[in-house]
Amino acid sequence: MRIGIDVGGTNTDAALMDGPAVVAACKSPTTADVGSGIVAVLRKLLDMTGVSVSQIQAVMIGTTHFTNAVVERKRLLEVAAVRLGLPATKGLPPMTDWPRDLADTLGRHTFMLRGGHEFDGRKIAPLDEAGLIGVARTIRMRGLRSAAVTSVFSPVTPEMELRAAEILKNEVPDITLSLSHEIGRVGFLERENASIMNASLADLSQKVVSSFRNALRELSIEAPFYISQNDGTLMTPDYVERYPVLTFASGPTNSMRGAATLAGEKEAMVVDIGGTTSDVGMLMQGFPRESAVAVDIGGVRTNFRMPDVLAIGLGGGSLVRDEGARIGPDSVGYEITSRALVFGGDTLTTTDIVVAAGLEDIGDRFRVAHIPAKTIETALDTMHRMVDEAVDRMKTSADPLPVILVGGGNILVSRDLPSASKVIRPENASVANAIGAAIAQVGGEVDRIFSLEGTSREVVLTGAKVEASERAARAGADPASVKIMDIEEVPLAYLPGSATRIRVKAVGDLVIG
Amino acid sequence: MKLTREHLADLAVGAAFLGTGGGGDPYVGRLMVQQCLDEGCEVELIDPQDIADDWLVVPTAMMGAPTVLVEKIPSGEEAIASLVRLEKRLGRMAHATMPIEIGGINSTIPLVVGARLGLPIVDADGMGRAFPFLEMETFGVYGVSGSPMAVSNEWGDCALIEAVDNRQMEWLSRAVAIRMGGCAYIAEYAMSGAEVKRTAIPNTLTLAIRIGEVLRKAHDEHRNPIEALLGFLPSTLYRYGRVIFSGKIVDVMRETRAGFTMGKALIEGIGHFHSQMEIEIQNENLIARVDGKVKAIVPDLISIMNTETAEPITSENLRYGQRVTVVAVSVPEIMRTPEALNVFGPSCFGLKEPFTSIEEID
Repeated sequence: MRIGIDVGGTNTDAALMDGPAVVAACKSPTTADVGSGIVAVLRKLLDMTGVSVSQIQAVMIGTTHFTNAVVERKRLLEVAAVRLGLPATKGLPPMTDWPRDLADTLGRHTFMLRGGHEFDGRKIAPLDEAGLIGVARTIRMRGLRSAAVTSVFSPVTPEMELRAAEILKNEVPDITLSLSHEIGRVGFLERENASIMNASLADLSQKVVSSFRNALRELSIEAPFYISQNDGTLMTPDYVERYPVLTFASGPTNSMRGAATLAGEKEAMVVDIGGTTSDVGMLMQGFPRESAVAVDIGGVRTNFRMPDVLAIGLGGGSLVRDEGARIGPDSVGYEITSRALVFGGDTLTTTDIVVAAGLEDIGDRFRVAHIPAKTIETALDTMHRMVDEAVDRMKTSADPLPVILVGGGNILVSRDLPSASKVIRPENASVANAIGAAIAQVGGEVDRIFSLEGTSREVVLTGAKVEASERAARAGADPASVKIMDIEEVPLAYLPGSATRIRVKAVGDLVIG
Repeated sequence: MKLTREHLADLAVGAAFLGTGGGGDPYVGRLMVQQCLDEGCEVELIDPQDIADDWLVVPTAMMGAPTVLVEKIPSGEEAIASLVRLEKRLGRMAHATMPIEIGGINSTIPLVVGARLGLPIVDADGMGRAFPFLEMETFGVYGVSGSPMAVSNEWGDCALIEAVDNRQMEWLSRAVAIRMGGCAYIAEYAMSGAEVKRTAIPNTLTLAIRIGEVLRKAHDEHRNPIEALLGFLPSTLYRYGRVIFSGKIVDVMRETRAGFTMGKALIEGIGHFHSQMEIEIQNENLIARVDGKVKAIVPDLISIMNTETAEPITSENLRYGQRVTVVAVSVPEIMRTPEALNVFGPSCFGLKEPFTSIEEID
């Protein structure tokens, strides 16, 4: 048996699964330290089912913690954004197209130095080592603890990023470095953006991963644990510590795959209502529709492969203002159990509205008895309108599709939606994320330079696909379920023999036990 | 007409559509123009009918591989340096700049140059789409000389090329661009206002903006954006368009060779589209075949669009697994004359199939 856990902004959910069947599921508030919330939800789950920890074979954790940190501009480190590429790239300095407040939060410590490569491996300019020592001095002076280094054409040759890392490490020994060639692909601005965001999460990733580790240890769970990645595959914890940015959008992928499983629908719209936001996406053949090109995270352009989702500021903890006419985008988040009216707090939230309307019985409903009927009605109208508009925006044709409601906040939607052919609220809808995490797949990747000389591209590609599939199987995937998810080729014109960097990713279902 | 941020977003989409896969992702160019607007510079378009016959118009552009451009971002001064160098060579100041190519990033480079130098940008171009070679210009087809030409890089290196004809100019400047890292910034085809009126494809900047607008509005209003676009085209010089295939990308072959993105995309049909469509790419989509039969051929436009969102997809952004719809569009008559086909017809790309207009292909 395995356990899927979803650490959301408001709730931590857990689902115990035996093969494809959900044995039990429960939720508990997310705590500020993350770990005690996980311990609480796991205790609850084990108590409910009487399953002993020795029966648990794997634990999969999905978390929106890192995405939320960027979206909320909280718990982020200031970052030294070091770019190697001058005199090229000067036209668009680091963080040019970023939302102003996020760039402010990260401190706008941007540095542009000579360096970088041409597409064929020649240097644009020799690395400005003296300049880097100057940057290191500024980093020390400003007390920065994390830096992102992005060099032009580093996916072709990472040499300058590695050398820059050496220099920075030497000058500022305790600095954490995010090197762009380890994070992204060709496409300079998007790769730089992802690297800067990764660097801003350096502190948080250590804290979060060690709190995961400690929580499982506290319960004596010795099964391996994994964390889900943006493309729906699993990563090991030490990998996440270094590359937290790769968890971005794993939440939507998990909830959509979980929703498809729970509802038994393959073509549908999914609305995942959490405590702070609702994510709306579209299922095609049981998988999330992927965004074709660039995806914005917290307003920043990246080139990760991700589901195309629209996030709106509506959740179970969203603040209700103007007699119900205005909802969110701010939320009491995980403090809902102390700040919402029904829990004895002083803040009117969407959850208070559904309780006051008599639609749900949560907390103390007498504490919301004073809310005027008109406010309740207006707020319900506003909430439904927000969801309906979001579904409508994400649909690709006017044809009505089923809408699957998942997430803890699904109680906010009680009426039909004009944009939907039907509204499905599957059993265990509130823990779809955790279920999606539990059924996440494992991947195998091949990423290296192949020579096409004396052979053909087809032969090389076939070989790479077979190897990636074998790696997925070795990582624990059921060989029968493995398929190729991504193929990328970067020709390296500067090497003899038609050298090409080929990256192939294969994925399959994790075999348990 | 003064451009705003919203125009730029629409222009990027329209230019990607007209780029037929080539010309590069206009995002980088758009950001650079946005920077100009944010700094208070103005981007002023001028209709070719409104310019004086004796004006000096100096077009500016990027040349080289789009796959390089998305990685090696320009310094922003390269194209300006080329224009200034050409002014010096000609002994006259430019009254305006102009795109040589409406497809892709080259729709935006002249906007940056115009904004920075305070020059208007003529609402016209010489390709009406995107093409991989610099001689493939209606300017040249109808008698304007491409050289003298200036080619600059981010270091301030500048090559001044005086070639015997436009092909030779392309050949020589390409070598310079490769030495400059596979991507360089140019000024060429300096011409009079009268020559602009005679040889340019008019109003293509505003056409690109309108295409972006039509797609955006259809999307917002839940009409099918591709149908909306096909409905809009008859009111323009690009009179006719239709969907020629729809399916899933099953293979993308791509390499950077001699400064170009060369390759092929294979699309497996979905629904009533059977078999596979093969699209040959040389920066741009040149020819679309199904089972060896031509479905559309250069210079008519072959644009690959995301089936769900109708976003045009550039060659470097094509990926395995994408659901795409392929749209073919007729180009203006000025681009289909025998003289024009001699310069940018199928045989100029080594294709053995003759040009057949999209209206005549079943």
